[in-house]
Amino acid sequence: MSEPLRHLLDFQQVDRDQIDAILETTEVMAQVLERPVKRVPALQGFTVATLFYEDSTRTRLSFERAARAQSADVMAFSKGGTSVSKGESLRDTVATLDALQVDAYVVRHPAAGAPIQIAQWTKARVINAGDGRRAHPTQALLDAYSYRQATGRAFEDTRLVIVGDVAHSRVARSNAELWHKLGAQVVLCGPPTLLPPSLAALPGVKLEPNLQDALKGAHVVMALRIQQERLTSARLPSLAAYAAQYQLSEDRLALADDDVVVMHPGPMNRDVEIDGALADGPRSLVTRQVAAGVPVRMAVLYHLLVGKGSR
Amino acid sequence: MSLQQDGSKLRTLIRGATLITSAGEQGVQDLVLAGGLIEGHEPQGPVDVEVDGTGMLLTPAFIDPHVHLREPGFEVKEDLASGLAAAAAGGFGTVVSMANTNPVIDEPGLVRWLIDKAASLPGARLRPAAALTMGLKGSQLTDAAALKEAGAVMLTDDGIPVSDGEVMRRACEWAAELGLVVQTHSEDPTLRRDGVMNEGEVSERLGLPGNPRAAEASMVYRDCAVAHLTGARVHIAHVTCREALDVVAFFKAKGAPVTCEVTPQHLALTDEALASFDPIFKVAPPLRTMDDVLALREGVAIGVVDCIGTDHAPHTRDEKHQDMLSAPFGIANIEVAFPVLYESLVLAGIVELPALLALLQDGPASVMGWPIPSLEVGAPADVVLLDVTSARTVDPMTFRSKAKFSPWDGESLHGWPAKTWVGGSLVHDLVPSAG
Repeated sequence: MSEPLRHLLDFQQVDRDQIDAILETTEVMAQVLERPVKRVPALQGFTVATLFYEDSTRTRLSFERAARAQSADVMAFSKGGTSVSKGESLRDTVATLDALQVDAYVVRHPAAGAPIQIAQWTKARVINAGDGRRAHPTQALLDAYSYRQATGRAFEDTRLVIVGDVAHSRVARSNAELWHKLGAQVVLCGPPTLLPPSLAALPGVKLEPNLQDALKGAHVVMALRIQQERLTSARLPSLAAYAAQYQLSEDRLALADDDVVVMHPGPMNRDVEIDGALADGPRSLVTRQVAAGVPVRMAVLYHLLVGKGSR
Repeated sequence: MSLQQDGSKLRTLIRGATLITSAGEQGVQDLVLAGGLIEGHEPQGPVDVEVDGTGMLLTPAFIDPHVHLREPGFEVKEDLASGLAAAAAGGFGTVVSMANTNPVIDEPGLVRWLIDKAASLPGARLRPAAALTMGLKGSQLTDAAALKEAGAVMLTDDGIPVSDGEVMRRACEWAAELGLVVQTHSEDPTLRRDGVMNEGEVSERLGLPGNPRAAEASMVYRDCAVAHLTGARVHIAHVTCREALDVVAFFKAKGAPVTCEVTPQHLALTDEALASFDPIFKVAPPLRTMDDVLALREGVAIGVVDCIGTDHAPHTRDEKHQDMLSAPFGIANIEVAFPVLYESLVLAGIVELPALLALLQDGPASVMGWPIPSLEVGAPADVVLLDVTSARTVDPMTFRSKAKFSPWDGESLHGWPAKTWVGGSLVHDLVPSAG
C-alpha cells in the first residue's frame, strides 16, 4: 500500500497505485455528476482556495465546481484582485491565506516551481493547476482518463505522440511524465525551435522532429496549442508554415494505428495545429476531455483531503 | 577584544602565527602593526595589543574587485556600513563597489560622497567603480576623466551588459587613454532573453526559461575583441562557462589586455541547485553545469583565471521569497567566500593554498593596477588571520551583511577568517567580544 498523497505538484513523487486510485475515483465522481442532485457531502467542512496568478477561467471554474460538488467551501483569490495585495512576497501572501484556515490550495502561477514553494510554506494541501511550462498534472490525469475510457487500451501497449509547442508546454511535460509512469511509449514532436534537444533527458521520452516518423504506429496523438507570440519571438515564420508541416489531419494519421484517437487540451486553434474536421470527427476525444475535467479534479481533491490515511 | 576605530595609533603584536603569502609559507613569525603599516617582526616601541595567532595563518587581507554594497538607494538590501563590515568579516581589506545604485554612480560628486562616507566607517577600504554610461543606459558615456579624478578606480555598467558595440569601443578608447580598467558584465541580452537559469537539461526538466552559455561566450568574445582593438584593460566579470573561459584564453594568447574573474558560487555550485526552486540560487550569469565548474577550476589551476570576484549581491529576504521569475538575481556571499573557496579549491585538491591566496591578493591587485599585497615592512597593515584547521557551521544570522541567508546555510566549512585588520585597526573578530 502506498503512502497517502499530500500534494499534487507533478508526478515525480506519485506512484502507479496512487495514479490508479485517482483514476478509479474519477469514475465514481463521473457517476455522481450524472445524478439529479450532483452533490456529495465528502468534503463538507473543508475550505479550498483557488490561487490564480495567471488567467484561466476554464481550469478555475472546473476546480471550483469539483470542490462545491463535494460540499467544500471555496475561496477565490486572483492576482489583480483585491485579495492578493501587490508588492507582497509570495510567502507573505501564503501566510495571510493560511490564517484563514485553508485546507487546500489550487495554484496556477506563471513561474515554474511556485506551487512547490507554496507547499514548503503551508500546512495545507497544494494542487498544481499549472506552473509556467513545468507541470499541469490534473490535465494529464484527465487526458489519461479520457483515453482509457474511450479506448480501453492498456497504457503499456500505447504509443503517445505529442505534437506542437513542446518547449513551452506544461501539458506536454505532465503528460510525458504521467504516461511514461503508466507504461506508455512517449514521443514528442515539433519544429526544432519548439523542441529543445535537452528535453530528451526527460525519463522515457523520445524526440522526433519529423511528424511522419512520429505518427508511425501511434495510438493517440495530442496536438498542443500554438500561440501567436511564438511568431514575434522568431520561433515560427508563420502559422501557415507551421500548419503545412505539423497540422494534424486525417490524411497524416494514415501512418498511425488504424484506431488512433486525437486529443487537444484546448483552447483549440482550428485549422492551425489541428484540422477542424478531425477535431470534430469520430477520432476526436476533445469533448470527453472537457467532460473529464470536473470528475478528475473531484477525485484529486478527495484523495488529498480525505483519502485513506490523508489525515 | 573590541573592534577598533583608529588602530593606526596602536601597536599590535600578532604572535605565533604562520606567515603565508602567494609565494608560500614563511614559517612561524611574530608580526607587528604600527602607524597603519607593517612595522616588522619585532616591536619598535611599546605594544598596546597582543594577539595570539598560534595555529593560524597570517596573510595580507584580500581584495575583491566586485561587490554590490547597494548604497545609495537600496539600503534595505545593504549599506556601506553593513557591506564593509561584512567584507572585513570575509577577510577582505579592500573592495571595489559597483555603480548600479540609485542614483547610479555616474557623477564625480557621487564618487567623492561614497569615498568620504566610507572613510569614517570601520571595515574594508572602499574603492568605488563608476558607471561606464550615464544611468547605466548604455548610450551616453560618463566623464571618465572626472570620475577618475574623483577617485573611481574602474568603469563598469555591471548588472547590465553594454549591448551597443560602438559604445563599448569608444568607452574603451577613453579608458585606455586614462589607464582605467573597464569591467564588463558580458551577456548578450538578445540571447539571454528571459532566462532565469542555465539553459540545458535541468532547465528543461524544471520548466524554467533558460539562459544559454552562448549568450555569455559571444559577448565575452566581443568584449575581448574590443580590448584587443583599443588596447584598453578589459576585465571580464564572473566568467561562468567553459566556452567563455576558452574565449578569454584565446585572446590572452593573442596578447589582448584582458583579465577575468570567477565567483565562489560558480566554482562551488551547479544548476542542479535550482531544483529546489529556491530563488536564493538565482544569479546572473547563472549557475552552470558540473562540466563548467570543472572548466573554471581547471582555469584556476592553469592560471587563465586572474582573480576571484565575489559579486556579493545582497537582496532582502522578502525579495528572495518571490517566485523564480520575479525574484531578483544575486547571491550574497562575501562572508563565506573564503571558506567556500578553501573547500572547493584547496581541500578539493585543485590548487594549493598559496595559489588561492594569489587569486585574492596578487590577482585582483594586478587587475586593478595596484601594488601587490605583502607582509613586508612598510606595507599597509591590512592583514587577515585565517583558521584553516577547524570547521564551523555557516549561520547566516551571524552575518554582518543585511542579507542573512545563504546558499551554504548549515554547511560545515573550513577556512574562516578569524581576525581582520585594515590600516592597523581590528575590523573583524570572529570570537565574540568579551568587552
